[in-house]
Amino acid sequence: MRMGMSRRFVQKSILPGFSLSLGFTIFYLSLIVLIPLSMVFFKASSMGAKDFLEVIMAPRTLAAYRLSFTTALLSAGINAVFGLIVAWVLVRYSFPGKRIMDALVDFPLALPTAVAGIALTELYTPTGWIGQCLSTVGVKAAFTPFGITIALTFIGLPFVVRTIQPVLEDMDPQIEEAAASLGANRWQVVSKIILPVIFPALLTGVTLAFARAIGEYGSVIFIAGNMPMKTEIVPLLIMTKLEQYDYTGATAIAIGMLVISFLLLAAANFFQWLMSKNLGKV
Amino acid sequence: MSIELKHVYKKFGNFKALDDVSLKIEDGELLALLGPSGSGKTTLLRVVAGLDSFDEGQVLFSGRDAQDQKARERGVGFVFQHYALFRHMTVFDNIAFGLNVQPGKIRPSRQEIRAKVMELLNLVQLEWLAERYPWQLSGGQRQRIALARALAVRPKVLLLDEPFGSLDAQVRKELRAWLRRFHDEFHITTIFVTHDQEEALEVADRIVVMNKGMLVQVGTPEDVFHNPVNSFVLSFLGNVNFFHCRLEQGKAMIGDTALEVPGLSVDQPQTAKLYVRPNQFKISRVFTKAALKAIVEYVNPAGTIVKVNLKTIDSGERILVEITQEEFKQSKIRKHEKVYVSLKDVSYSEYVQDDP
Repeated sequence: MRMGMSRRFVQKSILPGFSLSLGFTIFYLSLIVLIPLSMVFFKASSMGAKDFLEVIMAPRTLAAYRLSFTTALLSAGINAVFGLIVAWVLVRYSFPGKRIMDALVDFPLALPTAVAGIALTELYTPTGWIGQCLSTVGVKAAFTPFGITIALTFIGLPFVVRTIQPVLEDMDPQIEEAAASLGANRWQVVSKIILPVIFPALLTGVTLAFARAIGEYGSVIFIAGNMPMKTEIVPLLIMTKLEQYDYTGATAIAIGMLVISFLLLAAANFFQWLMSKNLGKV
Repeated sequence: MSIELKHVYKKFGNFKALDDVSLKIEDGELLALLGPSGSGKTTLLRVVAGLDSFDEGQVLFSGRDAQDQKARERGVGFVFQHYALFRHMTVFDNIAFGLNVQPGKIRPSRQEIRAKVMELLNLVQLEWLAERYPWQLSGGQRQRIALARALAVRPKVLLLDEPFGSLDAQVRKELRAWLRRFHDEFHITTIFVTHDQEEALEVADRIVVMNKGMLVQVGTPEDVFHNPVNSFVLSFLGNVNFFHCRLEQGKAMIGDTALEVPGLSVDQPQTAKLYVRPNQFKISRVFTKAALKAIVEYVNPAGTIVKVNLKTIDSGERILVEITQEEFKQSKIRKHEKVYVSLKDVSYSEYVQDDP
């Protein structure tokens, strides 16, 4: 019986180490991800369902959820378009300063987020360099959801660029030439040949950028202005609860966010799996 | 459609990829571009397809300058060396691609496209693969799908870049014969690039031998094989033995041995290089003065001809000789035997300047 089971689950391989590495993977994921996560649920379970709902359905919490998810989605969407263009240029063209540009992409990851937040706020306040220009056309950036989106776009860029880059590098330019010689115009080449192939990678990159944006705290709090109901993001709300020693309230809000994020990420992964199912290597 | 190139030049940096190439390809011709790698043959093909630009010269399609025609407007079917199939599309969609991207006015209806694709799949004998993806196919199948895809848009010219280069020997032979039959049936002007002389000699109407971006010789397979213009063409088209010698009246002095060279006349003694195909030798056990003494190193009778590897006793040079199975049965040549090698014929001789 046991033999039968293991034969079904484990494909025979000449290389040893499957059980060891699988065991390690489970242990590692539990230690690093699963146990800390379950603590959140454990902590929140100390409050009743009624209290729990009261916290997460409070107007201030709902407003924060809405703000966090819309700005994160928006910034991920912006990065999908512009990150793709950046990756394309970095892969397909050679020009002086390309290496520097390539290194610049990682900058938002390396920079302490608080520093990024201060710098962005400085730029986008109505007296800042860019804020000045924006205010002449009547747009207010700092201390609005728009400002939050800018900060989230900034920190999300490397995820999109770095996931698409290898796929683009892998793509044979002859595929495009083949399409062109068959009569496809440039737009048809992009929409029918290039995009379908890089879409799974693009989706992964956007998902990563989105996940990062959802949890982002440091770079946002400076530019957000943090007005309850208007520009207060979920991580900040959680911090506020913690500062008031309301630990269970903080974890309740965190659970709400975790569940929504999990559903969105699972949907994205499923979609990505669907798309890449038929993308075998040729 | 006929294609004409007039004095085409193309450089990659300092490297001359095409150096004053002028060539006319007749309507309905099957032409092979033959040459070692880096000889410019693929570049020439890409220039014709409009996939590469060139620095100087003219490319004419049916007498019309193709300069302002982009690749997609040339009506050229291009088959890439590594097939370049669209891996996210089924075989069916791959072949239908060229029809699906046509502008609405001239695009056939869905039924017509379906019929056309099935007809092409039938032509390449792979109907049963329509719903597969490229990564599920073997190399030979991919190659034929790439061909069907290129044919879908009814190209006036078919360009094949090393079409059978990465296939195994058996499949390559089959596809070669298939291409020849296909061409005899449809008469599409076809240019194919190859570095395999056997392939070129077997399939093509005409062969263009290229080296270092230049056309070395253009002619029928028979022509280039039997009347090579220089030693490069000669040694590229099959095995050849070569000797340093001194040519005198009707004789070639190799070391101290004077070999008779049929049909050769020189006015005065000359230093020369002598090129002899493996089947142009005569091997004998009987001592002859006008023959090279050699030891048989290895005999390979497996094949339609028998290959005999010899080493001359005087100079230690190695000679490859091919004899027929009948000759082999009669002479029963064996390893380590001492034989006498004389010439039946000479492919090509080339004079070299006497050393001062």
